[in-house]
This record gives sequence, C-alpha cells and structure tokens, in this order.
Amino acid sequence: MRTLLSNKFIMLGGAMILAMLLIALFAPLLTVYPYDGLDLANKNQAPSLEHMMGTDPYGRDVWCRVVYGSRVSLMVSFAAVGVAVVCGSVLGIVSGYLKGGFDLAAGRLIDIMMAFPSLLLSMIIGVALGPSTRNMCLSIGIPLIPIFYRVARGAALSVGERTFVIASESMGSGRFRTMFRHVLPNVLPQIFVVLSMGMGGSILAEASLGFLGLGIPQPTPSWGLIVNEGKPYMFTAPWTTGFSGAFIALTIWGFNLLGDGLRDHLDPRV
Amino acid sequence: MADNDYLIRLEGLTKTFSINSSRGFRSARLTAVNDVSFDIRRGEVFGLVGESGCGKSTLYKAALRLIEASSGSVYYQGRNLYEMSFRELMKVRREMQVVFQDPYDSLNPRMTLEELAAEPLRIHKYGGRARRLARTEELFAAVGLPVQLIKGYPHQLSGGQRQRLCIARALSLSPEFIVCDEAVSALDVSIQAQILNLLLDLKEQMGLTYLFISHNLSVVRFVSDRIGVMYFGRLVELAGKDELFDHILHPYTYALLSAVPEPDPGWIRKYAVLQGSVPSMLRPQAGCVFHSRCPHGDRLCTQTPPELRDFGGGHYAACHKAGELNLSLDTGCLAEKG
Ligand SMILES: Nc1ncnc2c1ncn2[C@@H]1O[C@H](COP(=O)(O)OP(=O)(O)OP(=O)(O)O)[C@@H](O)[C@H]1O
Ligand SMILES: [Mg+2]
Repeated sequence: MRTLLSNKFIMLGGAMILAMLLIALFAPLLTVYPYDGLDLANKNQAPSLEHMMGTDPYGRDVWCRVVYGSRVSLMVSFAAVGVAVVCGSVLGIVSGYLKGGFDLAAGRLIDIMMAFPSLLLSMIIGVALGPSTRNMCLSIGIPLIPIFYRVARGAALSVGERTFVIASESMGSGRFRTMFRHVLPNVLPQIFVVLSMGMGGSILAEASLGFLGLGIPQPTPSWGLIVNEGKPYMFTAPWTTGFSGAFIALTIWGFNLLGDGLRDHLDPRV
Repeated sequence: MADNDYLIRLEGLTKTFSINSSRGFRSARLTAVNDVSFDIRRGEVFGLVGESGCGKSTLYKAALRLIEASSGSVYYQGRNLYEMSFRELMKVRREMQVVFQDPYDSLNPRMTLEELAAEPLRIHKYGGRARRLARTEELFAAVGLPVQLIKGYPHQLSGGQRQRLCIARALSLSPEFIVCDEAVSALDVSIQAQILNLLLDLKEQMGLTYLFISHNLSVVRFVSDRIGVMYFGRLVELAGKDELFDHILHPYTYALLSAVPEPDPGWIRKYAVLQGSVPSMLRPQAGCVFHSRCPHGDRLCTQTPPELRDFGGGHYAACHKAGELNLSLDTGCLAEKG
C-alpha cells in the first residue's frame, strides 16, 4: 500500500478523480443557482463575480451546470464500465480457461463487435433502445466489452497454464471451482488496469453522445450536452464549451494517469 | 508383465502434441510419450529417469489423465481411467496426488498457506472448518513447517518450505499414490536430503506408493525400488534398482549412469560421452530412437525399432543388442570407442 501511494501517476490521477467524485457528491453545497433555471436576459455572460464560469446560451450558470453534469457523466460512465467489466471479464475468463468451442464462439462475437467503430455502435444501440439513462449506460458499456474480454482472455490463457491451476485440477477440483478460486484472482489485477482506461473512454463516449444530441434527455446536464449547447457560440462565448470541455479532459486524464500508474505498479518489468 | 499386485498400470500410453509450425497452417506433431507400458506395485517407489525433455512429466500427466493421452490406457486399481466419467475421475483423484516440478509456481500466490494446505480437504468436503484446521496443523507438523506460518502467504516461504507445503497438501487426504515430479530438483543439496528422508518416512508411516521422477540418478537410486529409464518418449530399460546398476543392458542407461559424479574425488571414471546428433521429436526416425547416438548401432538398429524384451528377474530392455554388450560400469567400453 505504501509503494502504491509512492507512485506519482497513481497519486496524481487518484487525486484528480477523487476531486471529481467529491464535486459530484457535494454538488448542492458548491452551487447557488439551480441547474435548470432559465434566465434568457442573462445569456452568454462572460465569467464574473456572480457567475464564475459565465452563463450558457439559456442564461444558466455554467459552473452549476458543470458541477451537476459531473454527477450524470460519472454515474453513467461507472455504470457503463460496470456492464462492460462484468460481461467482458466473465466471457474472457471462461474463454481463456476452457478454450475450445466456447472460446471460438465468444471470439467471433467479439470480432463482430470490434468491426464497428465504438461510437457508431453506441449510437446504433442508443437509437435502437431509445433515450433513457439506463439505455445510455448500455449503449456506452456494450462497445467497451471487447477491451475487457481481450485482456481477461489473454490473462486467463496464461494463468491457466500455470502449475497451481493444473495442481488444483489434479487434486480433483472441478473446472468452475478452479476458475473462481485460482484463475479469477490472478486475472483481476490486469482487469483492474484497463478498468481505469475504460473509465476514461466511457467519459469520452458519454460526452460524444451528448454532443451529438443522443445523450441523456434534457434538461439534466451532462458534460457532453453542455458542450453541445455552447457549440453555436463557441467563439463569442467560449466559456460554456471551454469549462465543460476542460472537466471532460481532466477526468479522462486522471483515469489514464491512474491506469498507467497501476500498470507500472503491477508489472515491475515496465 | 505378470505381477498382478499392481496399483497403477500403463498400457501403450502415447501422447502426441500438435505444434503450430511457423510456416503456414500445417501443424507439426511431436510425440512426447511413445507407447509406454509398465506398472507400479503397491507400496513401492518407482523411479523414472531420463534427460530433460524426454517426456517424463508428460508421461505422468497422461497417466493421471491431467492431459488426454492420444492412445493407450491406464488402469488404477483395475479401473481404466480413460473410461471414467469426469465425476468418477474427480473422485479417484482423491487417491492420487502430485507434487509438481516447480515449487515456485505450484502455489497460488493469492491464497494463504492454510487455504493452500487445506485445498484438497475442501475440494473433497472433508469435515468442517475446525476439523480442517486441525488436520492442517497436523500436516504442518508432519512435514516440519512451523505452524505459526499458517496465516502467511507463499511468497514468505523459501523453496524448501514451499516444497514441504506441496508435500503436506499432497498428503492431506491420505492418498495411496503420490507422483513426485522432480520433487527435490529445485532445492539445494542439504535440503534435498531432508525432503527425501521426509518422503521415505511418510511412505513407511502411511504405506504410500510413489512414482518418483527425476533426471538426477543419485536421487532416484537413493529412493527407488525399481527404476525405469526413458529416452525420447520411450521406456528403454526397466529393472530393480540393484539389478539395473549391476547389469546394465541398454547403452543409453550406461551413458546415463556413467555420467553420475562419484562422491570420491580421487576416483576418476571414464565418462561415456555421447556422440552423434540428438534426434528431433518432431521428425521420428526409423529404427531405434537411440541409434544416432549409440556407439554399438548397426543396420538393424537403424531399421527396426526394438521391442521391450524381458531378460528375466523383472529386467526389461529395448535394445537389439541387449545382453551381448559388456556394459559394466568400471570397464568404460563406451569411452574407449569415443
Ligand atoms: N503442452 C505441450 N505442447 C507441446 N509440446 C509439449 C507440451 N508439453 C510438453 N511438450 C513437449 O514434450 C516434450 C516432453 O516434455 P516433458 O515436460 O514431459 O519433459 P520432461 O521429461 O518432464 O523434462 P524435464 O526433465 O525438463 O522436466 C518436450 O519436448 C516438450 O517440449
Ligand atoms: Mg518435467
């Protein structure tokens, strides 16, 4: 644990993400305006003492929108990555450990998913399922499954060759017991590393979908949506897109730093 | 083989691996174990020797059906393992335990020593938690591991301690049959002796039967009752320990035995250094597997593979010339030729 904290990447990335989580958690304490209060008389105001990040094209406080937007963006991303981790890892571990027919079938399914650009796949799923927060999570999470599948399968393949796995089989352990007791715990660290990368990817996907107008229904703010709303005034009132974009970038950066740090930490050879 | 009091019997066991060749789709085939038959009697220590890569590990894995053999059958107490369902096999495995070659890789790094030692007990639903703990402590004592370590993790153990834990684990369900694959090779010499004595003591106490695999002949000689010699996937000679050392019948055994360093430094033996090329397991050759390196080979040896023949007194050898050659260890007839 001490060495974990001595890693600069992990510290920095972790601190950034922690800050984002705290902002999302304490949103009501950090804001004075409602996130959906229209005030068309004050639209596109530059940052000032009343509105530290200015106002958006509908006269709403940008800081307030961004803070509440972090709730939606982070929650959707966590849920999406949750879906992807569970599905991808289970499929990957079973494929890598049992091999054979299951591996072949699951592998082709994943190939098909990977044939689509992930944003396109998100859009197809999003349009097919209709707009709602739950469907948003699915449409972002499903395209991430291949990432976790491939990592889990690769790790399970190599762990499956190790002597302690064969030893457990030789003692009369069933395949599922061996998989849960021996393969899974030794595959988890590798999944852990891609987890934070996946988080970055899914924040980005959420923002992209929001930007394209396929995100969470109005008026709930999400980072992508805020960027989208500020887009027509990007040059006359850059604060709307700028500040929300900066939050997106910082969060993704934080998760990537954390992921890099974890990888270095878990693999001393790098 | 006539003796009926066997515990496990291998009949024509063969294991072929397909190896993906780097060029194209054609996969090469590698015969790691080739038509091996022998049996292990109840209560004996059967030593299996042979150079690295000759198929020793593959042989026992196929014999316990940890990997599927390509052909042949294995009878354990008269029942063919290869005709059993998976469930029956799981039950039989309770009686056959393995101490694996690499003590550093045979313990899951994420489990405590207690969990590791009690794993067979849990798999086979032995008693409740308290009973398992008691049994684990008993086993720790039996193999000479400090009981305080019970909550630790494998990385806290030395190689010798790991091997002791592997042995404790193999013993936990009081099996009948234990395979020791290079059980001491990873350890330094002083610890080797401790572990070997431990294994022999446990055998006396619990009436175990061992298949003892090693490339180290002095070790095999120390523990075994009978010894089988393997070369390139084939069993080339099989005899009681003393018989084997006194009346060598196969030139490969001779080369192997004469390469054992003697404890007395003043005494220098003429080494039978093997000449000729090592055959490839990928390209099986006609005739005897050993002919390319054998100093006594002739045309017959390059054409017809020799059968494992009985030379009386339980001594078997697979060599056309067995019995005709003078392979006594002191005369060094192989060395003279080279
Ligand atoms: N899973 C596998 N796939 C392909 N080839 C294999 C496999 N396992 C073993 N082999 C090959 O089979 C041959 C015999 O291997 P094995 O591990 O049985 O040797 P060994 O006698 O135990 O050697 P050592 O004394 O070094 O342990 C080797 O040439 C090895 O490369
Ligand atoms: Mg081996």
